[in-house]
Amino acid sequence: MTEHKKDIDEVSGVETTGHSWDGIKELNNPLPRWWLYVFYASIVWAIGYMIFMPAIPSLPGMGVNNTPGLRGHSDRAQVAQEVAELRSGRSEAASQLVTASLSEIENDLTLQQFALAMGESAFGDNCATCHGAGGRGAKGYPMLADDIWLWDGTLEGIETTLRHGIRHTDDPDTRRNSMPAYGRDGMLTPKEIDDLVQYVLNLSGREADQAAIDRAAPIFATQCVTCHGADGKGNRQLGAPNLTDHEWLFGGEPRDIQQTIYSARNAHMPAWQGRLDDPTIKALAVYVHSLGGGEK
Amino acid sequence: MNTRAEISRGAGPGFSIGTVSALTGLVALGVLVIAGNAADPMMAAHAWIFFFLTVAGLLITGLWAGSLNGRDPFDGAFYEDTIVKYGVWASVFWGIAGFLVGVIIASQLAFPNVFYFPDLGWTNFGRLRPLHTSAVIFAFGGNVLIATSFYVVQRTCRTRLAGGMWPWFVFWGYNLFIVVAGTGYLLGVTQSKEYAEPEWYADLWLTIVWVAYLFVFLGTLWKRKERHIYVANWFYLAFIVTIAMLHIINNLAVPVSPAGSKSYILFSGVQDALIQWWYGHNAVAFFLTVPFLAIMYYFIPKLVNRPIYSYRLSIVHFWSLIFIYIWAGPHHLHYTALPQWAQTLGMTFSVMLWMPSWGGMINGVMTLSGAWDKLRTDPIVRMMIVALAFYGMSTFEGPLMSVRAVNALSHYSEWGIAHVHSGSMGWVGFISFGALYCLVPWLWKRKALYSKALVEWHFWLATLGILFYIVAMYVAGITEGLMWRAYNEFGFLEYSFIETVKAKHIMYIIRVAGGGLFLLGAILMAYNLVRTALGHGAARDLASPDTPKPQTPALQPAE
Repeated sequence: MTEHKKDIDEVSGVETTGHSWDGIKELNNPLPRWWLYVFYASIVWAIGYMIFMPAIPSLPGMGVNNTPGLRGHSDRAQVAQEVAELRSGRSEAASQLVTASLSEIENDLTLQQFALAMGESAFGDNCATCHGAGGRGAKGYPMLADDIWLWDGTLEGIETTLRHGIRHTDDPDTRRNSMPAYGRDGMLTPKEIDDLVQYVLNLSGREADQAAIDRAAPIFATQCVTCHGADGKGNRQLGAPNLTDHEWLFGGEPRDIQQTIYSARNAHMPAWQGRLDDPTIKALAVYVHSLGGGEK
Repeated sequence: MNTRAEISRGAGPGFSIGTVSALTGLVALGVLVIAGNAADPMMAAHAWIFFFLTVAGLLITGLWAGSLNGRDPFDGAFYEDTIVKYGVWASVFWGIAGFLVGVIIASQLAFPNVFYFPDLGWTNFGRLRPLHTSAVIFAFGGNVLIATSFYVVQRTCRTRLAGGMWPWFVFWGYNLFIVVAGTGYLLGVTQSKEYAEPEWYADLWLTIVWVAYLFVFLGTLWKRKERHIYVANWFYLAFIVTIAMLHIINNLAVPVSPAGSKSYILFSGVQDALIQWWYGHNAVAFFLTVPFLAIMYYFIPKLVNRPIYSYRLSIVHFWSLIFIYIWAGPHHLHYTALPQWAQTLGMTFSVMLWMPSWGGMINGVMTLSGAWDKLRTDPIVRMMIVALAFYGMSTFEGPLMSVRAVNALSHYSEWGIAHVHSGSMGWVGFISFGALYCLVPWLWKRKALYSKALVEWHFWLATLGILFYIVAMYVAGITEGLMWRAYNEFGFLEYSFIETVKAKHIMYIIRVAGGGLFLLGAILMAYNLVRTALGHGAARDLASPDTPKPQTPALQPAE
């Protein structure tokens, strides 16, 4: 081998290490100075950081878990402090929300602005999952930004819905009704359900089979009018939807209506009382009421 | 003074064929028992996959061994290159599969209603996402590493791979692991550890394969004809040893039943989280960085025909890199239940890692001194240097993101996705593509690639694709990071979560476009490599004297 004499790379004029692997040689360049100094600087910085912040774990028997650092910094203490600051910043307005009535909140501009901000934030975290951002709703989840209300669109009515939910099993005050599953439970034959579908289509002013409507009229009269009314306009007291308004929570196609009559829908909304605090529920009521369809 | 006879005497071909077959046969018998007693349908499916593939392997080995007619298939006078050829195609196949799944899941995120198939549960994002990550990291990356390490260690040690049949066991065993892992994700078999999703039996199999890999590599180093071990081999060895350690410790688990697919990890709570991210971070370090630097250390000097810039730098950055990297994992757990002192250590070690990481980039780029013009004329050189540029960016960004104040903004946001993709597509992808473009003409003894123009197309499509991808994800990440922490004047959060998701929609679409361009480039590469192997176009000529001849005898006359 050539290790006894120097092997100089012709292009760079730098000595190689004298070895060659499959034709690959290595120059004997020194470490780049800037590289070395930045490396040292990062080590010095790291040691400094370890001195100032909680760092080195202690050995058993030393009494502390780790070196606390000169700054005595603690993430947990910092979070607790920041949360406390935020709470105290909004505590005055929040405490007013507890005592003020809903209409008082709506009529006090400052309080209303606060409630809307609080309600929007709470809505995004808790309600938007089903009702959509801005309360635009989805199939099976009512739109909250229009003036169609299944139960009650007043401030107090919305608050009641929020507190007790709809068909929430653990709340005796929950809003509850129950449409029978006419098909699944064998109360009506498939043929009768098909006729009823035509009847309902006709109610909402759409083209339908007249013979089927005639056949379904007595069925509607015995089975449906109790809740939905003879004219099909529904009954808010019972939470029975209006069948004539072209708005369909679970879809208005014949197939959707057929499925609604066959197996019923009876959707749920949880009761929020106990999960959210009083100011938040009130703020949510004000917020939802403000979305576009709030009733006096 | 060595003779062929002396070399081949070390291990007769029959011995390694016999031991590999015996192990494979034992596994086949074992999985047959499990298949008959499987506790759940997933385990049954996997046991049968194992059984049929191991039996097929045995049959093919038997037929092949029977047709040898006394020829020594492991003749030490020649390099073992066939396995590298297989590795090239496995890499190309898994690469395209992995990139394709990436484009699919990016589309699912951009258009969740369109790419949602409730009747085909296995197409859910949750099943496909680990399929993408494992396919690109372990299937594509892993096959590139096995193929290149086998190629490089033979050349730089001037000896044939050790172990006769065992390298083949490593190759096929590893790919069997990939198949079991991938089908497992689709079937819903997972231990829910990121980048370590495969269940206990797949982990056990990989352990066997990996130990075989270690012995093949060490054996080859042991019988080397060079006095010193080349730097690329240090990096490969560090990769093999450390991955073995990480894999075993992070996957310590107790199966519910020896015939069932479910197991429970030994650790729990924050200890489990810390071990997981010690593993996860060092998978990035010792799978996606260290061995790809080995590729850099062989292929760049070979390609530009220049010496490595600095031997001293290679030593210092190698040892500092592997010593510091292993401590940096806790930076994945900033502001969590992990005690703050551990976060401090994770962060400070990450910052100290900056220069050791850059040492590799400097050594690679500076190796071009005296051959800078090749950046302009050779798209493969350009690809590898751009790979180093992405490596440099990612390894600057990594320490930056490990700083807790920065992490408070970047963590859990798309910034992380941008960071890993600039590293994986830019660094790992480009350095691998470069190596594949080198290997095919060398292995098939072609004078050149089928088409240099297609390499240019690949380079520009992929570069543009990466830029689309990462710029979109940086914008999305910083946007949502700022939205998450925005308070309004009343002290309430300004945005709901769904609003932060909606804000990213356009960026998600741009990401699909970027991923699509990257995939398209890889398809061009596959076409180009196949035509090169077939000897079409510019690849028709045999190797000229100045290109390294792949089948040169391992033994050269004594000097």
